[in-house]
Amino acid sequence: MRPGFARRTGAVVAALTVAAALAACGGGKQPGQAAGGGASAWALTGESGDVLGAQFDAWNEAHPDEEFATEYFANDAYKEKIRTAVGAGNAPTLIYSWAGGTLEDYVANGDVVDLGDSTARLEEQLIPSVADNGKVDGTTYAVPTTHSQPVVLYYNQEVLDAAGIEVPTTYDELLDAVGALQDEDVIPIALAGQSVWPELMWIQYLTDRIGGPEVFQAVLDGEEGAWSDPAIIEATTKIQELVDAGAFGDTFGSVNADQNGDTALVQTGKAGFLLQGSWVYPDFVAGAPELVESGGLGYTSFPLVDDGAGDPANIVGNPSNFWSVSGDASEEAQATAKEFISSEVLNEAAVDDLLAIGTVPPITGIEDKIAEQDDAEYLSFVYGLVSDAPHFQLSWDQALPPAQAQSLLDNLSQLFLGQLDPQQFSDAMDATL
Amino acid sequence: MTVAAPSASSARTRRARPPATGPGTGRAQGPSFWMATPALALFGLFAVVPLVGVLVLSFMTWDGLGDPVWAGADNWGRTLTDPVTLNAMRLTAIVTVVSWLFQAPVSLLLGVFMAGRQRYRAVLSVLYFLPLLFSAAAVAIAYRALLDPNFGLGAALGIPLLAQDWIGNPDLALWVVLFVIGWCFVPFHSLLYQGGVRQIPVSLYEAALLDGAGRVQQFFHITLPQLKYTIITSSTLMIVGSLTYFDLIFVLTGGGPGNATRILPLDMYLTGFRSYDMGGASVIAVILVVVGLGVSLALNRLSGANRMESQMEGV
Repeated sequence: MRPGFARRTGAVVAALTVAAALAACGGGKQPGQAAGGGASAWALTGESGDVLGAQFDAWNEAHPDEEFATEYFANDAYKEKIRTAVGAGNAPTLIYSWAGGTLEDYVANGDVVDLGDSTARLEEQLIPSVADNGKVDGTTYAVPTTHSQPVVLYYNQEVLDAAGIEVPTTYDELLDAVGALQDEDVIPIALAGQSVWPELMWIQYLTDRIGGPEVFQAVLDGEEGAWSDPAIIEATTKIQELVDAGAFGDTFGSVNADQNGDTALVQTGKAGFLLQGSWVYPDFVAGAPELVESGGLGYTSFPLVDDGAGDPANIVGNPSNFWSVSGDASEEAQATAKEFISSEVLNEAAVDDLLAIGTVPPITGIEDKIAEQDDAEYLSFVYGLVSDAPHFQLSWDQALPPAQAQSLLDNLSQLFLGQLDPQQFSDAMDATL
Repeated sequence: MTVAAPSASSARTRRARPPATGPGTGRAQGPSFWMATPALALFGLFAVVPLVGVLVLSFMTWDGLGDPVWAGADNWGRTLTDPVTLNAMRLTAIVTVVSWLFQAPVSLLLGVFMAGRQRYRAVLSVLYFLPLLFSAAAVAIAYRALLDPNFGLGAALGIPLLAQDWIGNPDLALWVVLFVIGWCFVPFHSLLYQGGVRQIPVSLYEAALLDGAGRVQQFFHITLPQLKYTIITSSTLMIVGSLTYFDLIFVLTGGGPGNATRILPLDMYLTGFRSYDMGGASVIAVILVVVGLGVSLALNRLSGANRMESQMEGV
């Protein structure tokens, strides 16, 4: 063996390691893109992700030359990853989003393209209040691809019966119900305070019922002092009224929605009400099938507030999830993605699949299909809410730019903990405008 | 290459090495500087380059999309007056000090115990060691489930005292976090102390015994002084570790309730990857690097660990 062999081998190994590290860092294949510059898509895991997955599988089988490379992520991980990927020019061809402030950021930076006439079929079928969320300044940059997710008030009928109360239709009745449930030693309303975002649903609905959608629109428009609107002050005052009345129990800060801690409370009869998105219904079916089958699980729209200016038919939540097409993708990948949007997204098969998993797609005229489903009653309730809503407010944390959304969650959680009073909350939020 | 090759070549190296002739020839004795190249290259690529990047970014505004824009000292002024960040600094100081106050004595005593010859010692040592094997995320998820007031340990055993709002009450959450961090890290530091105690020559204890020293006196007059450098090492790891502590708190409380457990590293992450204020997050990152380096250098200086001399004189 030649002298110095070991040293030279070491140097070669080192050089290779560095080269490999460099390649992993920047060079080589971009993570969001399939080999050969084809189209790619990222979406979320879970049941609606499975529906999308089936769609891509069918597409790939029918179009062997234009296959999609797909990847699926958990919710929070995806939200963080996608923005970094888009910012770095490594986005997948089809970008999955909640529209709102993030979509506006993408449009402003030219990260997504005008979908043009690829949305012609969908434009005719979509529920307009949902489709509007994909438009920025009148141009469509995103189309709905999954179900609509309005927030509804769930309740455990058995718990309500034991306390001898009716389903509340006004805020005052809700407050009375809280008192009655407390006497029964159950948590009146389950709230996942640890996750914070479920707290948003309360301020969103109360603000809308009291002042109508214009109040939050002023916040979105960045009008000075928009958070100090009397409707928001009244909403936050009512929130603290509920907290002080013990409506959410005294341990809501330990309840986590990502682990279904809030639905579990209602399922086990430890809590009476739950204000949550329509997406928790499958969890009720899986976690408490007997309760659901016996009609023990009730659902209703958010109570109205006396003398409130908002239409009681307005809803809040996530109108849908959306596909956008990346501006960084190659021409042919963009063409593939648009073709996919025009022929596959929310087509008949996809609508059937979504209904089958207990969710409602934002498509008009599917009442008959819904009537055939196992969960027809629940599905038509949700479908009715979405179709009849004059205004479908996107969750505030998605509608606002990220920095403001994060401050909102911070301050809101302190409002619920009683660390801020309504005026301090409004002042702190006004400072972010 | 055959299996025998490396040993043959290292045998040759050993024969070829010139005999040491005392101080002054140190440089010639050591391996070639080039041997350090891979480590230096990786360190430069993954530590120095990003560090410089973060420093530059702390003077820019960037939301993760689009192009970064120069912002001068704006980020610094804004971040250093932000009540959330100031609160995070206060919490980080508390976490650092209380972690040390809690972990250091416990691990010292456990380490001394584990180094002994008592009955069941080995079994107990294995049990103490277990938390070190669990990933921080798993520990956090497990504790979150155990401490759940509605479905956790308290509810399962029917003990109301255990069914507190442990991680939902702003006054309790930080202490719970400190306890869980301690639970995770005490085994590691006990292991350091166990090793340290085992190195103390038995003859010292025998001499003390002849002089009539009791167990407590032996501990304070022999064990503790002999462990001086172990204490310094372990404390440095604890203190610098607390400054950068992230994963367990992120999963356990996410910084909540409110901002009750939002320590600096978490504040940095949330500012960067939830608010997408990369400039502000970079400011916090730079502060963390400076404070972390400063503290470990200061500890080294103050404790005299840089002139660590043998404690075995006369043994």
